[in-house]
Amino acid sequence: MSDPSSINGGTAVAMVGKDCIAIASDLRLGNQSLGLANNFEKVFQFGDKTFMALTGLASDVITLKETFRLKNNLYNLREEREIEPQTLANLVSSTLYEKRFGPYFIGPIVAGLDSKTSKPFICGFDLIGCIDFAKDFIVSGTATDQLYGMCESLYEPNLEPEDLFETISQALLNAVDRDALSGWGAVVYIVTKDKVVKRTLRTRQD
Amino acid sequence: MDIILGIRVQEGTIIAASKAATRGISILKDTDDKTRILNTHNLVAFTGESGDTVHFTEYIQANIQLHTMRENDLELSPSAVASFVRNQLATSLRSRKPYQVNVLLAGYDVKTNTPTLNWIDYLGTQTELPYGAHGYAAFYCSSLLDRHYRTDMNIDEGLKLLDDCLEELERRMPIDFKGCYIKVVDKDGVRDITK
Repeated sequence: MSDPSSINGGTAVAMVGKDCIAIASDLRLGNQSLGLANNFEKVFQFGDKTFMALTGLASDVITLKETFRLKNNLYNLREEREIEPQTLANLVSSTLYEKRFGPYFIGPIVAGLDSKTSKPFICGFDLIGCIDFAKDFIVSGTATDQLYGMCESLYEPNLEPEDLFETISQALLNAVDRDALSGWGAVVYIVTKDKVVKRTLRTRQD
Repeated sequence: MDIILGIRVQEGTIIAASKAATRGISILKDTDDKTRILNTHNLVAFTGESGDTVHFTEYIQANIQLHTMRENDLELSPSAVASFVRNQLATSLRSRKPYQVNVLLAGYDVKTNTPTLNWIDYLGTQTELPYGAHGYAAFYCSSLLDRHYRTDMNIDEGLKLLDDCLEELERRMPIDFKGCYIKVVDKDGVRDITK
């Protein structure tokens, strides 16, 4: 129970649909069994259609959120354009590998649409930055096992945005309800070519 | 088994910190003040490894005051103070000997007229809460606060709720923590209202 990646709890998931992606996380921040806050979002936006979710040790989630905010701002200034999901993925990977022998205890997910082609992109990482490219879905956090089960059974390719929202929400909600360290609300982002929709979900409060 | 508790109400933030200084099985002192004033509208309450606690908070206090002197008497806002403290703890966590200090930061933002309560542990976990506590006090008080806290409370109602929490702690805690210092941070700054 002193495993750093499961002290605070928390879960995130991303999915690919037809010309769209969805990325979602729960809202719990805990200290072992004690719930501290129910407004701890783990999904962060970088530019127009690029998102990153961070699960794991809350301290590192905050540290990395700020690190990537800095790196993203410097990128924007130097390149005078917004970062592509692909580029962010490589940035995350190299940033994490810098700490190969004293890693951040996190499980990031990157998801977004390419600014030119609007092609969906999602990927996940281990704590030292190995990229896991996926066509369908990526899961992360303390409810990983439950999420794999839910996603394997609910996911189907080429879902429209509204159906993708339903699928990712059901997958996340039913996974976190079987995990004592996740839940306490959830947030879902649906990203399509011309808009980003954020929805907060009400869940069980136990 | 040190107790620090914080409740944020409409006009300010209330902090309670136990008076007992314990070492092993002995109580060394019953007038130990586990709080420190960082600037006119920011107060820190701390628990953790003795030695680390005072050293760390003194360091934080000195740096915040140095910043104020350098920046033309412009005082750091509660959120800036919280970010600074969190960053120090998060950096320290990956050093040879990390500070084992948990803090509650009570602040009042004079620009936006909002009281804040920041919960930060030795790992660098930071969160802004309506009420919070470190250590065992959290287990005894959380349910009480969940039930009775309202967002529209005033200082007096907050103090009443705090008294209920302290009464519960006195009833259930296995050792005597020698009562608490109670402090309020509001638009007029920090004041001690210990009975």
